Amino acid sequence: MHITKDLVAASTTPLVLGILSDGESYGYAILKQVSDLSGGRLEWTDGLLYPLLHRLERLGHVESVWRTPDGGRRRKYYKLTTQGRAELAEQHRQWSTVVDALRNVWSDNFSVGPLRPTLGPTWEPSS
Amino acid sequence: MTDSAVEAQIDEWRSYVRGHREVSSADGDELEDHLRARIDELTGAGLAPDEAFLVAVKRVGRLDELTREFAREHSDRLWKQLVLSGPPDSGAARDRSMDVMLIWAFAAAVAVKVPALLGLSLDHDAAFYGLNGGLFALVPLVGYLATVRRPGRSTLVRVAALFAVGAIVVNAYPLTDDGATTLLVGLHLPIALWIAVGLAYSGDDWLSGPRWMDFIRFTGEWVVYMALLALGGGVLSGLTLGAFDAAGADATEFVTAWLIPCGFVGAVVVAAWLVEAKKSVIENMAPVLGMVFTPLFVVTLAGLVVAIVANGIDVDRDALILFDLVLVVVLGLIVYGVSAREPADPPGFFDRLQLGLVAATLVVDVLVLVALGRRLSDFGFSPNRTAALGENLVLLGNLAWSAWLLAGFVRGRSRFALLNSWQTRYICVYAGWAWVVVLLFPLVFGFDSTPRVFG
Repeated sequence: MHITKDLVAASTTPLVLGILSDGESYGYAILKQVSDLSGGRLEWTDGLLYPLLHRLERLGHVESVWRTPDGGRRRKYYKLTTQGRAELAEQHRQWSTVVDALRNVWSDNFSVGPLRPTLGPTWEPSS
Repeated sequence: MTDSAVEAQIDEWRSYVRGHREVSSADGDELEDHLRARIDELTGAGLAPDEAFLVAVKRVGRLDELTREFAREHSDRLWKQLVLSGPPDSGAARDRSMDVMLIWAFAAAVAVKVPALLGLSLDHDAAFYGLNGGLFALVPLVGYLATVRRPGRSTLVRVAALFAVGAIVVNAYPLTDDGATTLLVGLHLPIALWIAVGLAYSGDDWLSGPRWMDFIRFTGEWVVYMALLALGGGVLSGLTLGAFDAAGADATEFVTAWLIPCGFVGAVVVAAWLVEAKKSVIENMAPVLGMVFTPLFVVTLAGLVVAIVANGIDVDRDALILFDLVLVVVLGLIVYGVSAREPADPPGFFDRLQLGLVAATLVVDVLVLVALGRRLSDFGFSPNRTAALGENLVLLGNLAWSAWLLAGFVRGRSRFALLNSWQTRYICVYAGWAWVVVLLFPLVFGFDSTPRVFG
């Protein structure tokens, strides 16, 4: 399934922060988890995760440390900071609102029919 | 695990990624770790290692897109930073050169204060410091260059011999404190010794033209860094004086007797280190300045020719010194234009501009020399006048032949490389003249000829 670029871009930050809230992790494992969580339907370009992680680090949401596990390669681990936790809570709140709104819209629309071409002149946005 | 062919491919990929400045070495490690993890997963799923490599590389994404994202996040990396950390592959060597630099700069600062222990102060023994200033500044520089570049024994002997001759002349000649020759010797000794610095710089290839062209480039950058360090030092001195004054303490003694002399001789070494440390990191500044100012000087000098022809010229002795400086600047513009030019390129606009610059300078200088010749014959040859005239002729000789070579090149009759080697070979003439002034002028003109200060 193809997901548009904007949607992927918007959802990466909350997904990464959410995954890191379970404990520290590294780039490849984060990508694996994203893939598992979405049943393989959400695919990112692997490389682009890293600039995103660096941005989160610069913003102070995550912090990184290089570790060398026994008999393994040197690897950079990221973990959530207190500020990152607050950011995650904020993102969670915002996304919940969006998701709830979408769910309501779809349950309305799909009860009438799969597509409703125009919303009609009386429609007003709820504040 | 992966086989050796894939290892080689990974290495190649990694060095390709690292070729982009936006991706730091640590990012390269991180991406490589990712790539290997992906390859392990894919081979575990049954792919052959080389197939796994291709898939993993594909999944990392297009490199231009990746580096664009890295650039957006790390825009600071597009600005080349000072090498204090440096690329880790060459880290060890670089750290060592920095230590060596610090040691020699510190030694220079200590050495310049040693005479003070013997009771010689900057205020009362200005002549001693003026004469030996070149030695205090350049001996540590040569020591630094010799430590870093490790020339052979014969080079070291030559360099040491030149410095020994300089040291003996300035201290054994009975030069009086305010004699005219004293000042000339003090001014020319650093130039004479700079050739010894060049020997230490070019090491055992001291007969090779390209090495001396490198030394010319080194000199230009060194001057630029010295000017920048001097600006910084000026700010530091001014702030120190002002701040201590505000706090009710007088820092004048500290600034004039410690900060400025020690800072100056230290800066000589630091600037040399900066040139080497930054030479492949940023574009050379001296040629850039040359490019910017060549057209402006062409206009100025052309205007000057017109003014002299229209108004005539009334010259005195100072005009000779002034025009020496003009020649030095123009020569610098030519030399640093030459140093940065690809010799194989065909003649272009800038070459014609340089030819115009040299031509205008030659015309102005000949007009000045003719006017001066009349006056000089009336007043005879004092040491100052002779030195200034000699310098003028040395520079004029270079510029005249440069003009000839440039004209030939612009008209397609000779190669640019000739100008290049002319400039490098002419270094001996400058050095020769400086040594003549240092060694012979006191003997010819007496040690205390006109008891007046230069200028």
